[in-house]
Order: sequence, then C-alpha cells, then structure tokens
Amino acid sequence: METVFAITLIALGIAATLAIIRATIGPTSFDRVLAVNTIGSIAVLLIAVYGFFDGRPEFLDIALLYALINFIGTIAILKFFRFGTLGDHGLHEEGDEQ
Amino acid sequence: MSGFFVNAALISLLTLIAFLAIRLHRLFAVVMLSGAFSLVAATLFVVLDAVDVAFTEAAVGAGISTILALATLSLVPANEKPHDFAFVPAFLAFATAAMLAVAVADLPAFGDVNAPIHNHVAPDYLKGSAEDIAIPNVVTSVLASYRGFDTLGETVVVFTAAIAVLLVLGGWTRRKEDGEDDNA
Repeated sequence: METVFAITLIALGIAATLAIIRATIGPTSFDRVLAVNTIGSIAVLLIAVYGFFDGRPEFLDIALLYALINFIGTIAILKFFRFGTLGDHGLHEEGDEQ
Repeated sequence: MSGFFVNAALISLLTLIAFLAIRLHRLFAVVMLSGAFSLVAATLFVVLDAVDVAFTEAAVGAGISTILALATLSLVPANEKPHDFAFVPAFLAFATAAMLAVAVADLPAFGDVNAPIHNHVAPDYLKGSAEDIAIPNVVTSVLASYRGFDTLGETVVVFTAAIAVLLVLGGWTRRKEDGEDDNA
C-alpha cells in the first residue's frame, strides 16, 4: 500500500512541475490563474497523500484549510480581472449595487 | 529515507518557482508564482511537522499576500522595467546565503532531543502547563500565557503593518469617498 502512495506522490510532483511551467509560459493570464489554482489543489492532495504515506493522517484538516484559501484566492484574482482593482472601485461598485 | 526524497522534491520545486519568478518580467505572473511558492512552502512545513507554521504560511503567504500584491498591481504598470544586472544587491544576497549555509552546519540535527531548544524552558512548560494555566492545549498556554507579552508585541507589529499597507494602498482617498456616500 505504501508503494501506491509513493507512486501517487511522484505523480503529484510531476503534475506540480507541469503546472508551474504552465504558470510561467501561459500565454494568457487565465492560464496562469488556472495553473496556480491547480498547484493549490495539488498541494491539498499532496498533504493528504503524504499523511497516509507517513501513517499519520491527522493533518487532513490542514488540507481542508488550503482548499478554502485556494478558493478565496481564486475569487480575489478573478475579482481583480472583473473590476481591474481590489480597492476603491471594487468596493464602490458593490456599494452602488446594493 | 522516503521523507528525504519528499523534502528534496519540494525544495527543488521551491527553487524552480523562485528562479522563474525572478526571470519573469510580467508582474501578474510573478504574483501568481509567489502564491504558488507559498503553497508549496506550506506543504513543506506540513511535511516537516511544523503544522502551525504551515497554517500561517498558507493563510498569510498564499492568501493575504497574494491579495495585497494584486491590490498593489492595480496601482503600478503591468511589466517590470528592464534594468541592468544589480551587482551590490546580488552580492549582498549571495553573501547572506553563504553565511546562512555556514551557520546551518552548526545547527543541531533535525528532531534531536538534546537540542538546546528542548532543554531550556520547554520541559517546565510541558510539565506545568496543566496546573499553571489549566487549559489542555499546551501550544495555546505557551502563546497566550507563558509568552503572552511576546504574542502581544507580535500582534501590535502585525496591526501596525496592516495599517501602513492600508494607508499606502489608498486608505486616504477612500476615507474622502466614504464621507460622501456613507459607505463604511
């Protein structure tokens, strides 16, 4: 069973490397957003798989926290695209809609 | 031994991301890569059993820092200006790295029970925590009571930094606008 986890870890490492390459060369900004989101998901999986690989899966809640932060970060980046800013104008338009 | 390979792979990933982030001149990509760097670093901290540090790195490094960098990005040009190779900062960085590398050799081995950090006040904290503070979580009693003033100082520093960042990112102008439409 440990072999399965080891192979999974290696596969996740390769996937993370590919995602980093995509985040670097990605022609459009959306490629980069998606690549970073993928890296976050891979980090979540890496923590979970490493916990079972090490025989101590107590840190799964940290993986959950990473998933939440990944989600919030992606929302913030997409808001940056939508409004062009995260500061005054973004808040202003929200206030106007209410 | 398998832990060594996982650590080596994660550190290689970190080095790769750092080099790419330095080489790129499109600032948005650099911000994205720094977020990825924080996530990989936090994963490394989990693997090294520093779970609380990993929590902080993920929340501050990958979450807040990325958002603050994006907010800054809306105020500056999208691309870094081309510039010559900066010798003095490069020399300083390499010199600091060399000194740190030399210092690492003098550190106790990872997980060494005889390391000074485990023999100074930590045993008293572990033994006395239940009676002195009367809460079951030792980490909480160390942070909130044994080192309460330390934690207070850290909180003040973080608070000050947050105020400074808000001022730099346009807190003044927003206050003027809030006076008009009462949007606090």
